[in-house]
Amino acid sequence: MDMAVLQLEKVDALLRQAGVALAPPTEVGGTHYLQSVLDALCDLSSTDPLTGVMNRRAFLYVLEQELDRVTRGGEYALLLALDIDHFKRINDRYGHPAGDEVLRVITQRLRDTVRPMDNVARIGGEEFAVLCPNCPPSFAMAVAQRTRTAIEAVPINLPQNQGAIDVTVSVGGAFAMPWVKSVLSDWMSRADQLLYQAKREGRNCVRLESVLSADVSTEEKGLLFGWSNAEGQLADHGRST
Amino acid sequence: MNQDNRNMTDTTTQNPASAAASAVLLRPVKGKVIAVTSGKGGVGKTFVSANLAAALTRRGLKVLVLDADLGLANLDVVLNLHPKLTLHDVFTGKCALEDAIIKAPGGFAVLLAGSGLVEYSRLTPEVRDDFLRLMSEVVPRYDLVLLDTGAGISDVVLFALSLASEVLLVATPEPTSLTDAYATIKVLSTQQGRQHIRLLVNQSARLGDGKAITAQLQAVLNRFVGTVPGANAAAQSLPLVRLHHVGDIPSDQAVKDAVMRRQLLLLHTPGAPASVAIGQIAARIEETVIRADEDV
Repeated sequence: MDMAVLQLEKVDALLRQAGVALAPPTEVGGTHYLQSVLDALCDLSSTDPLTGVMNRRAFLYVLEQELDRVTRGGEYALLLALDIDHFKRINDRYGHPAGDEVLRVITQRLRDTVRPMDNVARIGGEEFAVLCPNCPPSFAMAVAQRTRTAIEAVPINLPQNQGAIDVTVSVGGAFAMPWVKSVLSDWMSRADQLLYQAKREGRNCVRLESVLSADVSTEEKGLLFGWSNAEGQLADHGRST
Repeated sequence: MNQDNRNMTDTTTQNPASAAASAVLLRPVKGKVIAVTSGKGGVGKTFVSANLAAALTRRGLKVLVLDADLGLANLDVVLNLHPKLTLHDVFTGKCALEDAIIKAPGGFAVLLAGSGLVEYSRLTPEVRDDFLRLMSEVVPRYDLVLLDTGAGISDVVLFALSLASEVLLVATPEPTSLTDAYATIKVLSTQQGRQHIRLLVNQSARLGDGKAITAQLQAVLNRFVGTVPGANAAAQSLPLVRLHHVGDIPSDQAVKDAVMRRQLLLLHTPGAPASVAIGQIAARIEETVIRADEDV
């Protein structure tokens, strides 16, 4: 193939600027070189340049695959949506380099907190997402709280000797249910809604979908058996039989 | 056909406020499938499945009872059957489906799982696929397939329930049974988007027990699972999940005798109060489930 016809100068320059080492273009036929260009472009288009984790585009692809797996596999998957609390204030007060540093540190802490099989992504300005495959509802709160406290626990050092600041995140979480073919956009919007709920209810907290519990609370039992006499109709039923 | 009954048979619609709102349940099987379940074990689930099948058969329906309690089946004990071939042999390819379907004393067909199939007590993709294939083969051949599920709310039970167009929940008036029944309804509503569940109260002590229990469960469900607003401001809000009381089976010594003799109550003591009650429940199920959408 004639490399000149493809006019690869621009992409070559872009990739070298991004620090990607390409195969020499002089190779006969150029196949190896072309493959390395394509691979590098794929990486580039799926990675967030600031933090190095998946961007939204790549994450959507991973989520779609996970939904297929969950539909077949009999395991729950948990999707966490995380948003940095009052991020705009950080940018406004300390400048964008400080904001960037906060994003990088939070990304690193998220990656350190979750399992290697979990996927961390930056899906918006100060919004992150974590996909935890095979995460039953009984573990979910612990997982979500761990990510939240990992951010809260240690102040983040800002560049240019601006000192360290406390940063927190709000977290919303939704499940993809085994044997059920969920819709991707719905799964994401459920996690988002719970994230907004966490924001509304004071930030620096976790709100998870509470749909999957088979536990019956004392309050429910009380009403069921008329202990509280809340619905008096059958107040003696549970005890008399 | 009134609107109410039509709603009751429409189990493919999802709960509007449920987490599974826009999820599509994998329910590839068309046809009448009623899953009999209970939450708590030992409330008479298999007894109900077998005798209800006999009563529906007597009403002229072609019924298959499928032992969906894959790990700990005991339908064979209740029916006093000792088949050489079971579901296990079908799944492992040792025999054809036809060879494993046998005729029970009540005249209905039965497909037994075979006790102690430990490898089926956990829901693997293989078990799931085997089961789906089986259902797609048997359901078109019968007017009704009754799935006798295991106790509890395990993944196997939930999977079996997800294959059914209707869920018949068996409970007794005991607090433990009601608590487990309530938990089961909650999970079915929130996880599978079920809007209608039928409730049968077994071993009821007094006339009207079942109706009162249904109302009580419904009140707690409305409070904790929730309701959706009516069509307009004036309309009453609707429960997310609705219980439909199909009837009571009174506490009856004849039931204990029949179970001990490993015979169907309907054959052993046809005139017993419990037998009569099962006949009435069968009539109601035929009317509301089997015939419900034939004239739609």
